[in-house]
Amino acid sequence: MKRNKLSQVWASVLLTAVYWMRNYPISIVASFLSPISIVVIIAFVSKGALVGVAVEGALITTFVLNGIMEMTDISHLKNDFKIQDMVVASPTSAFSYIFGMSLSSLATALPSIIFILILWSVFVHTTVVSALTVFAAVALLMILAISIGFFLATRTSDISESYQFTTILSLLFTTVSPIYYPISLIPMPYRYLAYLSPITYGAEIIQNATGYLSISSMNLVLDWIVLVGLTAVMLFFAIKDLRWREA
Amino acid sequence: MAIECVKITKKYPGTTSKSLDNVSVSIPTKGIFSLIGRNGAGKTTLTRILGTQLMPSSGHATINGLDIIDDAKELREIIAVIPQDGRPVPWVTPAQMIMTYLMWRGYGIREAKARAVSVIKDIGIYKEKDMHIGKLSGGTKRKVLVGCVLASEAEIVFMDEPTTGLDLISRTSFWETLGKLKKDRFFLLTTHYLEEAESLADGIGILDNGKLLVSGSMDQIRKRIRYRYMVTLGKDAKVPAFKGKIIRTSNSTKIMTSEEGAKRVASEMIRRHAEFSMSPISLNEIFYSFVKEDIETGKSDDYEKE
Repeated sequence: MKRNKLSQVWASVLLTAVYWMRNYPISIVASFLSPISIVVIIAFVSKGALVGVAVEGALITTFVLNGIMEMTDISHLKNDFKIQDMVVASPTSAFSYIFGMSLSSLATALPSIIFILILWSVFVHTTVVSALTVFAAVALLMILAISIGFFLATRTSDISESYQFTTILSLLFTTVSPIYYPISLIPMPYRYLAYLSPITYGAEIIQNATGYLSISSMNLVLDWIVLVGLTAVMLFFAIKDLRWREA
Repeated sequence: MAIECVKITKKYPGTTSKSLDNVSVSIPTKGIFSLIGRNGAGKTTLTRILGTQLMPSSGHATINGLDIIDDAKELREIIAVIPQDGRPVPWVTPAQMIMTYLMWRGYGIREAKARAVSVIKDIGIYKEKDMHIGKLSGGTKRKVLVGCVLASEAEIVFMDEPTTGLDLISRTSFWETLGKLKKDRFFLLTTHYLEEAESLADGIGILDNGKLLVSGSMDQIRKRIRYRYMVTLGKDAKVPAFKGKIIRTSNSTKIMTSEEGAKRVASEMIRRHAEFSMSPISLNEIFYSFVKEDIETGKSDDYEKE
């Protein structure tokens, strides 16, 4: 039998994103509206001055949180429903499964991303170069978040444990990191704390590209090195430790 | 064409005891083979190792000549599994779940859909095909997973307690379906329903404490038992002279004995005009005989009265 590799990837997207949204249309509305709250708060508190950077923050949050949330989907399929066992004992490779689940994470975030891009076109002024820079940084942030999600999902034996990791990571990534405002607004010495979160490096790159933050070239290069390095390391561990066949 | 296990041992990390202990067995990949054993006997561990989901600690196994570790990629082309406690995801419909599984196996979306609809009719859940799985009964949910593997092309199917949670009619229908499909496929399944295993499986293996106690066809297994006949008497019946094993339960007295012994007891009971029944020993008795457990709530004793 000739296997359709595209089908093997698409199966994960269908199950955890397309069917989810089709069978529960309310999830599309929820995804669409999810970025609004903090953007509105920042807009009011800053009297409109930080709307643009808040929209960027919403974009980062959407990609990062959906990446991390993939951990709960994987944990559900692996520990709760045992569906991953059925996939392991099938012609689908570990890579196709991971790739499909990653795409699924992106698909789930689509309504939210569309809404943010509409806000972006209104509030953020970008050039082609800055748009490409933002795209590259956001893509890296998402891969990083998904890798962390996969890495932790393989280590959890229960869905409840996955939820706790999700809560902690969400706090670390979207609260400790200055993604809705420039890092320069954090007083010293607390600013250093922000660098404990890998998302901070991506946020600096994005805010610098769109003119909301001005950092030195040296600092920018360092941000890229840290972001690319961390993403590569986490991706390596996620794939290496994916317990496709348990020990 | 067979499953060949050679000294398969499994010790889970962080545990002291072995879940499987030097299991060696040859199972022809034809028909239905049923693994029976108490909870924790090692059935799931063996099924998961053969299903390429779990690494053995030592030993090796091949399935139709393909090594479960070195040839896992090729093996996964021809096998399918239903895990113990496996459940279809609740937010999709049975048709969507089966379709998704088939797509994971590499079917194009159209063929997956056609096969899903066809198997849904076969397993009798057509009426529920577009309902959310979360709203279905436990038995119907189980059927959806069974439908997934039956709709696939897998030649070798491992099912870990596939009929648990199914009502009697659904179980019977499930076994009938397997009976029809076993001409073209091999099913290895674990079950706690011994009477079903006895009547429908072509081969049986009894596991206990990680060791394979016996394996083969029912006839082969019976030959390994010293007493192959069972005579059941009333609870308070006076037991005639015989050589064998006596098992007293709350409502009957059972005598396990040889063919000669059974005839002798039967003649005596007829002479007394007393009620009794006689049959070849069933898998229930064989199972208990091997795992050295009392039958039902009664006591089992070696008994000689001649």
